[in-house]
Amino acid sequence: MHFKKLEEEDPKKLEAFQARIDAEERIEPKDWMPDAYRYHNIRQISQHAHSEVIGMQPEGNWLTRAPSLRSKKILLAKIQDEAGHGLYLYCAAETLGVSRDTYIQWLHEGKAKYSSIFNYPTLNWADMGAIGWLVDGAAIVNQVSLTRTSYGPYARAMVRICKEESFHQRQGYEIMTRMMNGTKEQRQMAQDALDRFWWPSLMMFGPHDTDSPRSKLALQWKIKRATNDELRQKFIDKTIPQAELIGLKIPDPELELQADGSYKTGEINWEEFYNVIKGNGPCNRERLAHHREAHARGAWVRKACTAFNEKYKGELVLN
Amino acid sequence: MNSKDNQGPLWEVFIQSKPGLPYKHAGSLHAYDKAMAIDNARDVYTRRKEGVGLWVVPSDQIVSVQPKDAEAFFDPADDKVYRHPTFYTMPEGAQHI
Amino acid sequence: MKPIVKYILRWADDALIMSHRLTEYCSHAPFLEEDLAISNVALDYLGQAESLLNYAAQCDASGKSGDDLAYRRQEHEYYNCQLVEQPNTDFAHIMVRQFLYDCYNEETYTALKHSSDQTLAALAAKSLKEINYHLKRSTEWMIRIGHGTEESHTRMQSAVDTLWKYTGELFEVDDLDREMEAEKIGIHLPEAQKRWERAVRTIFEKANLQIPQSGYMVTGGRRGKHSENMGYILAQMQYLPRVYPDAVW
Repeated sequence: MHFKKLEEEDPKKLEAFQARIDAEERIEPKDWMPDAYRYHNIRQISQHAHSEVIGMQPEGNWLTRAPSLRSKKILLAKIQDEAGHGLYLYCAAETLGVSRDTYIQWLHEGKAKYSSIFNYPTLNWADMGAIGWLVDGAAIVNQVSLTRTSYGPYARAMVRICKEESFHQRQGYEIMTRMMNGTKEQRQMAQDALDRFWWPSLMMFGPHDTDSPRSKLALQWKIKRATNDELRQKFIDKTIPQAELIGLKIPDPELELQADGSYKTGEINWEEFYNVIKGNGPCNRERLAHHREAHARGAWVRKACTAFNEKYKGELVLN
Repeated sequence: MNSKDNQGPLWEVFIQSKPGLPYKHAGSLHAYDKAMAIDNARDVYTRRKEGVGLWVVPSDQIVSVQPKDAEAFFDPADDKVYRHPTFYTMPEGAQHI
Repeated sequence: MKPIVKYILRWADDALIMSHRLTEYCSHAPFLEEDLAISNVALDYLGQAESLLNYAAQCDASGKSGDDLAYRRQEHEYYNCQLVEQPNTDFAHIMVRQFLYDCYNEETYTALKHSSDQTLAALAAKSLKEINYHLKRSTEWMIRIGHGTEESHTRMQSAVDTLWKYTGELFEVDDLDREMEAEKIGIHLPEAQKRWERAVRTIFEKANLQIPQSGYMVTGGRRGKHSENMGYILAQMQYLPRVYPDAVW
């Protein structure tokens, strides 16, 4: 697939396209769009889809050890939602002319990325709380802003996802609260989970605006609706009081409440951030291997379904 | 450019949220045959009591207006305001009309 | 233990252990839609298990909760059939296990709906809607991949050959069954078995699958004797409540 560079596009068409964007019109699959716009969406939506699907694994790690029937139901329903969100997003991404198979192939070949947060391990049950509260909390901040993204199918998928996701953060915070109200060991688990997930959650918003080269065009085309730093600050300011309310300590000695009521944090460890992106996180290889293996083990099923449908022309007669 | 593996064709899902209401487009999914398509629509799109009725349609069976034809299709309706009730002036005092 | 408690536990433990096996499969399905679908089935069983265990706890009246029954029994105190313990060897094993169990559920819950015990009857009626859908789905899958390709057919037949021996104990009748049936709380298993056999034969024929010749059947699940799989299932499932007995989750 060849993508024209921005300079190669017809300036008149570009201008008309920008006018539509500025008028808050949504761009639909069959509309004209610059190749760079298509490419950016292909990249961003599929990365988002992969994140949802790979994101099933760290929580799936505790599914069979969920300590009560209630928590098991909730966790399974939540992970199932993530599969659903991946599905909606793959469908949105497919409207750009690339099939789901190809997106999966790109993921397996390492050409496509997913959110680095899912390359961290889940080591105790409170991690299920931390993921719901922090990781989903961070994702929601980003996703709410994306319900107004300029590409129609992406925006519609985000609306559905935001609706479904409203319970995810609450169930996570509920787990943290229960742990903090529990035994000494449970409180230790909760603090340990926060200690491990706090900084990676802040990294979820991406590099500082000054170090985010692709952001400018994405903002101009309203694919992104707010900058990385704006969204990160929003998340920090709403999360810290929630931590304090249940007695958790944010693992940041430089944390400072400012006069305007917002919080100033210490600097993020960007070396770690870029390292995990490059593949050197604690679980990068394992997460990808899990997906590859499941996909490979399913190959005969997909083949059988195709063969059956060819033989019986879509009719599966039961009676 | 698409890989050789096969996730089955794409289907569009329409949901009726309550009896009597029209079916509304909810999203898409992949399925290999009709029975699987309607099952998947149920399992993917109605987990939160979203519907009482479901349709699935193969995406490639939907005919749509091409963007280049959009003006020819839709703009001619712009000046036919006489099709709307507000176009007409009623004498003052006229009721139930 | 009161007979009715043990009787309810047989139903509850089937759902509990089956849901556990399907939960293990989350993020391993051949495609995303199927991952969601199987999770739905697992959630149905979790709901059924929870209701039944809470009711068993209520009948038991020894101060235990439904969760206590789910998480704090010894292996020999679980009364599920061994079919639901069998591992997720491949998608064929998952679907054959599912189909055999769905058929069994369909026939037994249809009968349990008429139990003289109002709570059991109501739970059965509610579960039956879910079960009807499970059976529709697994029946379609049996036919789809029973035909499919040569490989899919071979895998399905091999799954049938492995799992068939776990179907005998589903219909074993013991003193507890007779007692419950006499009180009109329980169901008449031989009748369910007749219907089950008819339904299974019909679909096997449509799916081009053969019932194994050997008549060997394992037994023991309903008396708390399990396959090697059960210990591992419980080790994972009970890990947190066992290690932190005082914690509230």
